[in-house]
Amino acid sequence: MIFSFDLLINAIVSGILIGGFYAAVTSGVSLAFGILDIVNIAHPAFIILGSYVAYIINATFGLDPILTSIIVTPLFYVLGAGIYQIYYLSFEKRGQESLRGLAFFFGLLFITEVSLVLYFGVDYRYVNAPYIGPTWHLGDVDIPLRIMVPCVMSLVLIGVLQFILTRTFIGRAIMAVAQDQLALRLMAIDPIRIKRIAFGISIATASLAGALLIIIQPVEPSVGRQYIGRVFAICVLGGLGSMPGAVIAAMLVGIVESLTSTFYGPSWAPAVSFGFLLLTLAVRPAGLMGR
Amino acid sequence: MTVRTPAFLAICLVVGAVVFGLAIYAGNDYVFFAGYVVLQYVVLSTAWNILGGYCGYVNFGTAAFFALGAYSTVAIYKFTSGDDATLPLAVPIPVLMLFGGIVSGIVGLGMGYLTLRLRGAFFSIATLALAVVLETLVVNWDYVGGSRGAYVIRPEEFPLIGGYVRYLFLSMLLLAILSIVIARMIERSKLGFGFATIRDDELAAEASGVPTLRVKLIATTISGALMGMAGAPFPYYIGYLQPDSTFALDYAVNSIAMPLIGGTTSWVGPLIGSVLLGTLQQVATVTISSAVNLLIVGCLLVGFVIIAPNGIIGLVHTYLQRREDDFVGRRHVDADVPGAVP
Repeated sequence: MIFSFDLLINAIVSGILIGGFYAAVTSGVSLAFGILDIVNIAHPAFIILGSYVAYIINATFGLDPILTSIIVTPLFYVLGAGIYQIYYLSFEKRGQESLRGLAFFFGLLFITEVSLVLYFGVDYRYVNAPYIGPTWHLGDVDIPLRIMVPCVMSLVLIGVLQFILTRTFIGRAIMAVAQDQLALRLMAIDPIRIKRIAFGISIATASLAGALLIIIQPVEPSVGRQYIGRVFAICVLGGLGSMPGAVIAAMLVGIVESLTSTFYGPSWAPAVSFGFLLLTLAVRPAGLMGR
Repeated sequence: MTVRTPAFLAICLVVGAVVFGLAIYAGNDYVFFAGYVVLQYVVLSTAWNILGGYCGYVNFGTAAFFALGAYSTVAIYKFTSGDDATLPLAVPIPVLMLFGGIVSGIVGLGMGYLTLRLRGAFFSIATLALAVVLETLVVNWDYVGGSRGAYVIRPEEFPLIGGYVRYLFLSMLLLAILSIVIARMIERSKLGFGFATIRDDELAAEASGVPTLRVKLIATTISGALMGMAGAPFPYYIGYLQPDSTFALDYAVNSIAMPLIGGTTSWVGPLIGSVLLGTLQQVATVTISSAVNLLIVGCLLVGFVIIAPNGIIGLVHTYLQRREDDFVGRRHVDADVPGAVP
């Protein structure tokens, strides 16, 4: 193998940038799976939905995808709250969340994906924005804005989530739901309402994550499947429910994936995050920064 | 009424013979083509149910085990035919099934070992991960075709039965019978009770002396092996095997949807679910499109888990129970107030 320092630096930088974006994708799952114990395996499908919303608005009105996604965030929140209500009534209340709840989300994944296929076809869609073309050159290092902007936005998103979780009343209530529902009830807070809000926020992040995804790469409905494992790998690796852990794990996975595809070829890259996941689950199920 | 296993096997074989006879009587080879897929789903969903329904561990990696079986056949095919790909088949299908089953069973066992400390959702996610890791390995393994895929040439005829697809159909039919008999045997054995205790409360099971680790390993191995056996004849059926379609999530969603729609607690559920849903899909694929049929599966799955959590079996059971209650109730009224009826 010909080793090139140039290549190495570039691979690491692009890994960090992509990893930053992975953090945005993971944040929603981290909230739902890590804190609420809801295994929303359909989360990537909602992200693709977010991509398509950004694409439609961008194609018809020419609006910036990131701006669009922030505008439609409340819609995704309502969608998430609605889904949680169904989930709660049909599974959590009956105590059947493990087997049937999983199947429910798996079904949702397919319904969302196939509906998108039937409506939009399997063509790759993309958006237009001023920051998609240009690249910064810092010495030997290339930083494409197409990846830089999503990375920055993603870190902003994580910052906002972390702020909500640690500094606001609702956020603290959400963290409390994870620890002791009964105690929460004794404080006269309805845990179901808090969970509904938390799951709404979790799905709401899919809106921005989807817009970021379609900025980075053209999207077709089944792209989401590649993210299922990656997202859960990062979530578990980072320690369930820990936002800073998720960012670190996301960048780690990003770097390793990027190094693998640079030095061994892109066809090996998918195995990396999953290999990571299997290893983490087998060796240290609590993750890097487990609670 | 309980039927002993040998008698049950005999009944299954008779039913199987009738099915095969009817398929021949229909006189159209398409029946065999479509029927093969339905039978394949009978095996996959029964196998899934051994781990998912009996033990309560949701396996998203059906496609991985299925594909392992298929690719072990491709490997054997490449090995036996060497560079000369025109050489006709030398290894009979049941032997291929055995190989596929052994390979998938070993992977199932390994998978069990790797994930035995994980409960519930973590196990499911790990199985998903396993599928992708295996797919990546296959994509990068040139001997079995890599990402280009591999051609397997199917012989035209099989002695005595006629078209080769009939032979494939018959093999799959026998495998389906085998898997149902195994599932039924497990259900009625000590092992089956062990599975049920794990499903209901693993901690309590462990505490009351069920060797949960060993029991779980047995479940993952049997379930994986059966899925691999279902995959083994697939290259001969499809003719051209390609990683993307062999590792497709479609297998996973189908093998989960079918038992859940039928009912997960006994071997009847997956059978009903897979025959109904499999046939429906074959019809939908021909009349509408193959994308729509996944949508149907998704909607049915979501609808059933919300409205009828115990599947079709559960619905039938509740209905019978209610009728019985009505009957008993009426008799009570008659007994309590004799002569009160005007």
